Order: sequence, then C-alpha cells, then structure tokens
Amino acid sequence: MQFGTVLLQLSKGLVVSVEIFFLTLLFSLPLGLVVAFGRMSKNAVVRTVTKVYISIMRGTPLMLQLIVVYFGPYYLFHVRISAAYRFIAVIIGFAVNYAAYFAEIYRGGIESMPKGQYEAAQVLGYSKMQTFFRIILPQVVKRILPSVTNEIITLVKDTSLAFVIAVAEMFTVAKQIAAAETTVVPLMIAGVYYYVFNLAVALAMERIEKHYRYYEG
Amino acid sequence: MAAAWRAEIVSGACSRGIRRKIREKISMENLLEIKHMRKAFDELEVLKDISLTVKKGEVVSVIGPSGSGKSTLLRCATLLEKMDGGSLSYLGETVCKPQQGDAGDSVYVSKKELKKFHRYFGLVFQNFNLFPHYSVLKNITDAPLRVAGIPKQEAQERARELLSQLGLEDKADAYPCQLSGGQQQRVSIARALALRPEILFFDEPTSALDPELTGEVLKVIRQLAQEHMTMIIVTHEMNFAKEVSDRIIFMENGLIQEEGTPEELFHSSKERVQEFIGKLSDG
Repeated sequence: MQFGTVLLQLSKGLVVSVEIFFLTLLFSLPLGLVVAFGRMSKNAVVRTVTKVYISIMRGTPLMLQLIVVYFGPYYLFHVRISAAYRFIAVIIGFAVNYAAYFAEIYRGGIESMPKGQYEAAQVLGYSKMQTFFRIILPQVVKRILPSVTNEIITLVKDTSLAFVIAVAEMFTVAKQIAAAETTVVPLMIAGVYYYVFNLAVALAMERIEKHYRYYEG
Repeated sequence: MAAAWRAEIVSGACSRGIRRKIREKISMENLLEIKHMRKAFDELEVLKDISLTVKKGEVVSVIGPSGSGKSTLLRCATLLEKMDGGSLSYLGETVCKPQQGDAGDSVYVSKKELKKFHRYFGLVFQNFNLFPHYSVLKNITDAPLRVAGIPKQEAQERARELLSQLGLEDKADAYPCQLSGGQQQRVSIARALALRPEILFFDEPTSALDPELTGEVLKVIRQLAQEHMTMIIVTHEMNFAKEVSDRIIFMENGLIQEEGTPEELFHSSKERVQEFIGKLSDG
C-alpha cells in the first residue's frame, strides 16, 4: 500500500476519532455537572446512587464499559443491534464514563470555594440559582481548568478504545493496515496524529486558561 | 494621610461633635428589634438571651472578647444563621417569632417572605468577600441589576457616585485582586450601600487590615455615621467605637453584659468591662 493511501486512510479514521472526542465532551461536560450535584445532594439515596455510579465508572475498564453498552441491549432485552448503534454505543459509553470523572473534578472545585462567596451572595439577595451560575460556577471553571485539561488529553488517546466494538476510528484503521501489510509504520503515524491532536487541544486549553487570568483567586 | 486619620480617631473633641449631630437625627422608628434571641451550635450555646432594639439613624457598636457571640448575633440578624429562640423583626415586620411566649422556639416566616428582608439590611464582612471575577463596578452593580431589578444605567450611576464618595472613582474597572485590603473593604461597603439598605452591619470590618488601611475604612464608616446611616458595628477598635457610636454593647458568654452610651461604658462600674476596654484602648 502506498504511503499516501495510508495517510488518507488514517486521516479518515482521525475524523471518526475527532467526532468521538467532541461528542463525548458535548455530553459528558454538562452531564458531569448533574452527577456532581447528585454526589453533593442532601438526599442520601441520590448521593449513594451517584457514589456507586462514579465508583463503577472509575473502577472498571472503559473498554469493558463499551462492550457492556454495545452488547447490553441484546443480552438484556434481546434487541437486535443495528450497525448504526455501534457509534452511538461508543458515545454513550464515553459520555457516561467521562461524566463520572468530570463530576469529581467539579465537586472538588465547588467544594474548594470559600463559604464567604455564598454568604456574600445570600446577604445581597441572590437566589440559589443566581449564586451558583453567576458567582460560584465561573470561579470554579477557572480553578478546575488544569484538571479538566488533563482529562481531555486522556480522552483524545482513549478514543482508540472504540476499536473494541469495531468502530473505524484511527487506531482501528492503523491496526488493520499494520496487520495486512505486516509493518508498524501505520501505528507510528497514528501516534504522530494523536500527538498533534493533543498539541492542538493543549494549546486551546492554554488559551482558555489565559483568558481566565484576568483575575486572581 | 493615614496618620492624620488615626489622630482624628483618637481625638475626642471631634467625636463628640459627630455624635451630637447623629443624636438629633435618631427617630423613634425601630428599624431592628431582637427579643430573647437564642442560638446554639450542637451543645454549645453561643447566644443565650439577647435583646436589642436599634432605631433609625443610630450607630451601635458591639464589643466583647472572641467567642462572646458577637458575630453569631450579626449572622442571625442577617439571616445567615437561623436563631433557635426569640424573635427578630425589621421595621416592625416579623422575620421570626416564638409560637408562644417571648422566648420560645423561633418560627420563621415562609422562604418567599424572607426574601424581602434582604433589602432591609447590608452586611460588610471581615474578609470583604468581594466577587473576584467581577470588576469593582460589576461587584457593585450586579446585585442591584439582578436582584433589585434596577435599570443598568441607574445602577451604574449609583455605583460611580458611591465610588467617588469612598474615594475610589478611578478603580471602577479594576479587579478586587488589584486593590489593597482597605480599598477592597471600601468596595464591599459600596456594594452593600448600592442596594440602599435601611441598616448596615459590619462584622469586624478592619480586623483583616493593618493599622494604616484600618484608618481609611474607619474614615468611611465615620462618614456614613455623619450621614445618619443606621449601623451595627462589631469591632475591636475601642477608640473608634467610643467616637462614632451612640450606644455600645459589651457582650460576653452569649449575653449582653453592659449597654450604654460610650461615656457610660467607658466609665462602667463593672470590673470586667473596665478590664476589657482597658486592654484594647489606646494600646
């Protein structure tokens, strides 16, 4: 196979990886906030359920979770799994897994906020919603950005786990070519692609961090 | 300049003048009425039986050793804590009162009704608690805009007016982290005043500041006293309390041990009061 063809094939795979990446962020970032609220809920049942959920998500391999999400409907309900579900299963699996990690990062950030900020807002008459979305959350975002960046960079590389249910993302493609042509070159190229992808992510996150540098605290 | 302010704080002549002027403006209207306030944290009884009435235009200082319940009193009055027993009202409107008797367990009005009381008072914290992600101007205008529904232009005009009154006209676009402690505390006073409260509480407003910065904050509070702002000030600045207050309250062990005009307090026959004031005055 020609080098150019390899690059083209891998680039097609990269598009799928990027799709997984953005869709996962799109769903897991807000979902994480909901999970964080559950984790900090005054209701003991909600709190425990969320805790167990986070514990399972963090305590078992993401690869296994993808398999469960993909094959689960068949084993549980004997639903025929369509081909389109493959990609959906990947997004669901990634989103619920990353939401658990983000939830813990959010929780750490929210709990690190000084009580005085809540009290100042309360005395000024802000509602609970206003206090959270106007006063607390913007400050939490600044505080958690480095941790979130870490998680997002991991996500870029984790997209390769989609190979386990045969979604043709970049790493799946690289492995197929490598096996067919008995060469590791496609895998190395894939490595370079991941690196460049992450470099872009890191630069983007740096810009966001810089934006928040207008104040200290 | 700060040294001059300090000198002013110490000089008694000036202070008596201020007080006399304020007295003339004190009306008969009770802004705040606390009766038999009780508050315990688990086993610890922080407030045992506090009754306090503040009239419009009055400046009341609360002094006393750490752990005497001064801050808890302020926190209960500003609804940051719920009191256990007794009653609390602003402008004759009940915040909470016992179901029976005077000193029984407090029953609060509904959450919806509680909201309106936030308009009646402001609180200035010991460590400012400004919103660090907002500019000085936004710190002052955000609550009027979002909570009181005041039009943007009006809120900004009011904020700029307050800033110039407090000597911060050039700081509107600065962020709290760019200001000194004294400036931050003045912004937080402006933030509280922007909502035009009837009564302003200060919880040790200068305790986080060095003596030089303390002066500039006290100057602002003195200015407010001259404008007949009703204030309750928890403070360790004895000379300032003496100078600016119409009434001083000495608290210890969750009770008001002594109450009276500065002259009465500073010449109290009670040994404990003398000892406490002596330790903190003049220095």
